Amino acid sequence: MDADMIIRLKNVNFYYGENQALTNINMNFRKNKVTALIGPSGCGKSTLLRLLNRMNELIDATRVEGEIIFEDKNIYAPDVDPVEIRRKIGMVFQKPNPFPKTIYNNISYGPKLTGVPVHDMSALVEQSLKQAVLWDEVKDILNKSAMNLSGGQQQRLCIARALAMKPDILLMDEPTSALDPISTAKIEELIEELKKDYTIIIVTHNMQQAARISDETAFFYLGNLIEYSKTEKIFTKPDVKQTEDYITGRFG
Amino acid sequence: MNRKTKEIFIKYIFFLFALVAIIVLAMIVFSLFREGMPIFKQVSVKDFLFGMEWYPTYDPPYFGIFPLIVGSFIVTIFATLIAVPLGVLAAIYISEIAPRSIKEILKSVIELLAGLPSVVLGFFGMVVIAPVLQNVFDLPTGLNIVNASMILALMAIPTISSISEDALYAVPQEFKEASYALGATKFETIAKVIFPAALSGVTTAVMLGMARAIGETMVVLMVAGGAAAIPESIFDSVRPMPASIAAEMGETPYRSLHYHALFATGMVLFFLTLAFNLIADYVSNKFKQTGSATL
Repeated sequence: MDADMIIRLKNVNFYYGENQALTNINMNFRKNKVTALIGPSGCGKSTLLRLLNRMNELIDATRVEGEIIFEDKNIYAPDVDPVEIRRKIGMVFQKPNPFPKTIYNNISYGPKLTGVPVHDMSALVEQSLKQAVLWDEVKDILNKSAMNLSGGQQQRLCIARALAMKPDILLMDEPTSALDPISTAKIEELIEELKKDYTIIIVTHNMQQAARISDETAFFYLGNLIEYSKTEKIFTKPDVKQTEDYITGRFG
Repeated sequence: MNRKTKEIFIKYIFFLFALVAIIVLAMIVFSLFREGMPIFKQVSVKDFLFGMEWYPTYDPPYFGIFPLIVGSFIVTIFATLIAVPLGVLAAIYISEIAPRSIKEILKSVIELLAGLPSVVLGFFGMVVIAPVLQNVFDLPTGLNIVNASMILALMAIPTISSISEDALYAVPQEFKEASYALGATKFETIAKVIFPAALSGVTTAVMLGMARAIGETMVVLMVAGGAAAIPESIFDSVRPMPASIAAEMGETPYRSLHYHALFATGMVLFFLTLAFNLIADYVSNKFKQTGSATL
């Protein structure tokens, strides 16, 4: 097994009540790469993403089978605390969801929870906002409500908030689907920048976006992983006919 | 009748029905003032509000309602102190923690509590709570501030709990997910995200609960004890304003000074509940623009 794999899925099945949402998924995510998960609505790509930081278990009557190995341990093992997992695997959601708190408190929220005293919280806030390329826009209004920011700024704030936890992996669930093209471009640039330090797994509906920003792409259909390979290969010479059909817009 | 006139017709019919409520309210307020104001020809506003003696049937009579105002406030405040933690915590439990089956049971029980006639609660206070208080604390009477506050709290809990629950429920799922995704536990998420986001709604709930308690008549008439004096301990009897009005109105000659004084007491009560409602309204509007959850 390659050493640069950060998280590995072994025979993962996932159920919402009686409905099987994911069937026998085996895949390995590469460290410091951007991996895009694509596929039509309802194919299970968001479900898969949310499995990686145990967010699905907040929903009633869900069930996971198989193993998801992160740091040599199955994150679904009974003795693993989901809180620990979520601190190491950050998440950015489809709709920007800053807390109705000040910009500063949005960033400091996570680090304060860890119980580890942060010596210089304002330095951490500054660093996180700089990483998310938001610092220059908000440095004078840190004590204003995050709700006053534009949608694109809010989404970068959410990224900064996730980065403040210094996660190993950043999960992004269609992070630009609610944003205008300019904000989208900014977020994409940001992702390019972030992959030096983080592993990014991104769900996207936007095929061009997947082609532009990702190193690897996985195509899902009806809860199955159809094809998983280098992005150029998926977008130029996919092995499976279904992948090609989807990418060329013949269905989906 | 063509379609357009029909629409206009319907519109005015509805307007008329909406108007009825306003007209009735205006008439009530008008008559309240008409019957209440004459007392101020005999007694100054200051003497009325801050006079320490309420002896309306003495000769000469004293119309100082300060002990009644204190009585009202004291039972309302103690009732609030009891009802807020219970109501708000119950709401948090129902909306965020309870499994579905327990949630449904709790909600219906609390609704049932809201549906109990106040006279039944008052009866409960008289027959069950009063003797217990009397025996345990060795008091001359169990009809006192503690008893009235407890029963009023019972009445305020459903209001506080159900409105708080709506406010908590209205906190967007996205906030909760964001919090969990940052590694917050359920308790941290409730304490630091959900509750603050619902705070204005919860405050509204508390104000409405207090308005309910201060205006409640039957309970305080039955269990507050009826002593028109400033209490010295929480086991003293008091005579809140509504109790005074209800108890004395039947005995007063029409348009006597005493009669006018009772109406004026009603005016004070009206302004107090109005103030509570306005505060509740102000608080629930205040935080709306920040996008946080309110009612």
